[in-house]
Amino acid sequence: MTDKFLIATMLLSPLIGFLINGLLVNYNNKSYLRSGIVATVAAAISFLAAATLFLKLLGVSAPEVVKAHFFEWINVGQFKANAAFVVDHISGIMILIITGVGTLIHLYSIGYMSHDEKPAKYFSYLNLFLFNMLILVLGDNLLLLFVGWEGVGLCSYLLIGFWFTDSEKAKAGMKAFVVNRIGDAGFILGLFLIFILFKTVEFEELAKLTYAPELGWGLLTFATMFLFIGATGKSAQIPLYVWLPDAMAGPTPVSALIHAATMVTAGVYMIVRLNFMFMATPNTMMLIATIGALTAVFAASIGLFQNDIKKILAYSTVSQLGYMFLGVGVGAFKAGMFHLMTHAFFKALMFLGAGSVIHGMHEEQDVRKMGGLSKKMPITYLTFLFGWLAIIGTPLFSGFFSKDEILWKTFASPMGSKFLWFLGVLGAALTAFYMTRLMALTFWGKSRVDKSVHVHESPIVMTLPLVILAVLSLIGGWVGIPEVIGHIFSIPNGWEHWLSKQVVDAAAHGSHLEEWLTMATSVILAGCSAYCAYFIYTKKADALEKLKNQYGKIYNIISNKYYIDELYQKTIVVPLVLLSKWFWSFVDVKIVDRTTYLLADIVRGAGSSLRLMVNGNVQQYALYIVAGMVAVLVVILTR
Amino acid sequence: MILSLVTFLPLVVGLVLLFFKSDKFVKIAALLLAVAEFVLSLALLKNFDSTTASLQFVEKYDWIPQFGISYFIGLDGISLWLILLTTFLTPIIVLASWNAIDKKIKAFHAALFILQTAMLGAFVAIDSVLFFVFWELMLVPMFLLVGIWGGEKRIYAAYKFFIYTMVGSIFMLVAIITLMAMAKTQLGVMSASLLDFYKLQIPLQAQHLMFLAFALAFAIKVPIFPLHTWLPDAHVQAPTPGSVILAGVLLKLGTYGFIRFAIPLFPLAVEYFSIYFIILGVFGIIYGALVAMVQPDMKKLVAYSSVSHLGYCVLGIFALNTEGVTGSLYQMLNHGISTGALFLLVGMIYERTHSREIANYGGLAKVMPLFAIFFFITTLSSIAVPGTNGFVGEFLILLGAFKANKIAAALAATGMVLGAVYMLWMYKRIFFGLPGKLLTGHHELKDLNKREVMVLVPLMILIFVMGIFPNLFLDKTKASIEGFLKNNNQMQVSLNK
Repeated sequence: MTDKFLIATMLLSPLIGFLINGLLVNYNNKSYLRSGIVATVAAAISFLAAATLFLKLLGVSAPEVVKAHFFEWINVGQFKANAAFVVDHISGIMILIITGVGTLIHLYSIGYMSHDEKPAKYFSYLNLFLFNMLILVLGDNLLLLFVGWEGVGLCSYLLIGFWFTDSEKAKAGMKAFVVNRIGDAGFILGLFLIFILFKTVEFEELAKLTYAPELGWGLLTFATMFLFIGATGKSAQIPLYVWLPDAMAGPTPVSALIHAATMVTAGVYMIVRLNFMFMATPNTMMLIATIGALTAVFAASIGLFQNDIKKILAYSTVSQLGYMFLGVGVGAFKAGMFHLMTHAFFKALMFLGAGSVIHGMHEEQDVRKMGGLSKKMPITYLTFLFGWLAIIGTPLFSGFFSKDEILWKTFASPMGSKFLWFLGVLGAALTAFYMTRLMALTFWGKSRVDKSVHVHESPIVMTLPLVILAVLSLIGGWVGIPEVIGHIFSIPNGWEHWLSKQVVDAAAHGSHLEEWLTMATSVILAGCSAYCAYFIYTKKADALEKLKNQYGKIYNIISNKYYIDELYQKTIVVPLVLLSKWFWSFVDVKIVDRTTYLLADIVRGAGSSLRLMVNGNVQQYALYIVAGMVAVLVVILTR
Repeated sequence: MILSLVTFLPLVVGLVLLFFKSDKFVKIAALLLAVAEFVLSLALLKNFDSTTASLQFVEKYDWIPQFGISYFIGLDGISLWLILLTTFLTPIIVLASWNAIDKKIKAFHAALFILQTAMLGAFVAIDSVLFFVFWELMLVPMFLLVGIWGGEKRIYAAYKFFIYTMVGSIFMLVAIITLMAMAKTQLGVMSASLLDFYKLQIPLQAQHLMFLAFALAFAIKVPIFPLHTWLPDAHVQAPTPGSVILAGVLLKLGTYGFIRFAIPLFPLAVEYFSIYFIILGVFGIIYGALVAMVQPDMKKLVAYSSVSHLGYCVLGIFALNTEGVTGSLYQMLNHGISTGALFLLVGMIYERTHSREIANYGGLAKVMPLFAIFFFITTLSSIAVPGTNGFVGEFLILLGAFKANKIAAALAATGMVLGAVYMLWMYKRIFFGLPGKLLTGHHELKDLNKREVMVLVPLMILIFVMGIFPNLFLDKTKASIEGFLKNNNQMQVSLNK
């Protein structure tokens, strides 16, 4: 099969699925099974094509890239952008994650959306999302990446507000789109700067160029910084993270696919894709690493006291994305990508697990009303357990390897620092705490479930994806076992090797001893933190109350998410609306419009003879024009 | 011959239709003839030579030879698509006003077709006096469309529209006559031909004055802030077909005028004034968007969004580079399609509920799902989501602006955000949430019927085709736009010496 055919199949299969469910099937069709199967098969075909392409790259004498050029999209002046797609070692990983995890989530959705009124619509959006996400990672130029970038944002908007009769949910969708658009405006300016500087936006061309490190504040630094603004929007980093927690209004599988595993990692992907350019702008890199580390800690701290199971996971996602940015910010692009992948496994798993809990509890999302679910939902519990072990960094689990790699590189890379490493470890400790709290409140301890709620385990279409993802959460990290451990068992670090074709990391300097010590530090701290949470939330609920009363103010600030939403509302939204109203009712109506009346009055007052003429009689005006024209002509011709 | 045929066929149709009795027959005949006109105009597209920047389909006959005025028409890659936009929108407008126009049906169609000829004539005229005649001719049918078939304050709005435009026109006329006189002194013969005007050596002072005279006429038409206040009134009072023509084609004559007359004729003045127009364009983008955001009336919101969108067009034109001007031209077409569609959609819901108050709505997506989809696609085009036509235009304009002036482009990029805010906020308030107070009383509210779907589908298809395959359209414009810019640069250089 030709490369072009495979790439076309991978891209078009979800698009066709979207069209079938969106156009052919009656809009209100309630047959969730039919539309679900169509969409899942579309996703699975896409996965098969992606896997075939990936295997092509894996071979011994494999090509470095697989390309397919479809048509010339825009060609104006000097600017050129093709509809052309590239599978290389970076996008190869991404397409596997997107279509693989995507297919599992499609399958899961058949169960989850079985009671919904408009499953066909839901599945069509989900397919459309896959299509756009693939465009994002496969596009051979920055503009095509942006097409996918905005496209996934659109699908996110549609799916967050899927249950649109609830005004709050519709609002959450809108907020996501608008906040993302702020980032997108930054992205597009970054794209312009790159085009002005290099006269091309094609990745291949850009990668061929050499970049002198720009230590000051030149155009390239601004370019990468603007692109990073785009990333803070899409990947929910400070200061544009606010949309992601609200995005939990969407159906839970959507949160798993879009708001955990794939779309929100687009910012990380973009930076890895342009790693050669970012490496040349140390100021931007420092900003990225700092924002990443701060977001990791900040979001984790909010996660400590949230009570909505999905909100906890949402803040956790923001925090974990922070780790990825910390990684790429210190020049550890491969580690950032590595965490992107493992996070896709264990966070998708936990979101789907949460969905299973919500489904089994009949739409209950408050962890205070759960407890002791381990017995009633054994598969959900066991798989969730894997996710929990992975995210808190239990050795051998996938999250351990990737997070450790980021922390170590932060410690050892010349672009990192001890302080950033400290923030990273602090975040890891907080993560262990809030995730253990979630486990304790949901699955362990005594049941606080309302008597009227009949809890049940989810059907197999939902638990099967959980099991697969649980296995991946365990073994997914084994492809990138760090050298310090690997050389004992003589396991090579396949991940590093795989990506080194297209990605060049900053060299890390540090001894094996330091690496072991830093690893031990984070594991021990996270372990202690997890134990504390376990102890408090299963054994000593009353002690917690005491603490709450003692530190009431701090608790309130944190549980109200530092009042950031309120701050934005008061400092940006309200003033903007007031300004707009002033523009309208004062500038437009009172000044601009009135001035024209004033001018008319002046003309009218110019003389009584003129007054007779300006009488609003249109025919007369027309006569004046003709008369005036003749007069002017006469003057000119007789000159 | 064909160009004259395309230009005057609507006029003939409009006049002939007046002689028929049956309203039903008039409607059907109007629709068929409007389609025929569109098909006829496709012949222009088919025979268009995209390799040259010079005028095509040229026809030239003496008209008033004493003054050098001739019937001189032709088209190039810049006017080609605007002409096709005009002929494309007319059948859609006829079909859309099937039931909406319920009085004086013959007169309505006559006005519509006469207006079409006037607009086409203005796009093809190369003789400046001929252009002026068509330019003025547009006023009368538009005045009637607003004044007869409009809303409650239609007379006020019609006059406001008329007088505003007239004020601008007078100065333009004076400038045209001056140019004719200059032709007499410099070239030896009096001429009103634009091609002769291009040859003139115009002193700096005169360039400034005459540029401003032309610019005033065009700026009112566009409209550029602060000359825009006639637009919301005209739009709100105009019947749906009037709004569609106004937004779809009429406003473009302003931006077209800049490209055809004001800029190539007065390059030195452009060099001096372009920064002010860039500022006005950027300000218009932001101002229009912000004012649109707080409008309680759908139609007014769309009207102010036009101010914002046309701000992009102005910005792109005065960036004076290929990307900017191409984007601007594309945006003119896009705006004709997306804003035209928005006015059609607003009209369709107004026919059902007789309310345009956004606050009265809510939950409409549940009641009219098909309508909601069409409205959403149009919204996507309006806020320039990639894959739709709006994106290509907005992107090219911002890119061109960025090359010309980075700060202006950065400020204009905020329009990307604000556009999403006002459109999605309106969408949310109309379609999402629980059914609003108006809808609870309208249980019988019906979704779109077949005729309405037929009205909208061509527009929806174009939104995507133009977004995904822009080269189909832009290939035809390349040579002309390059020619326009080259001409401008050369003249600036030679005159500066």
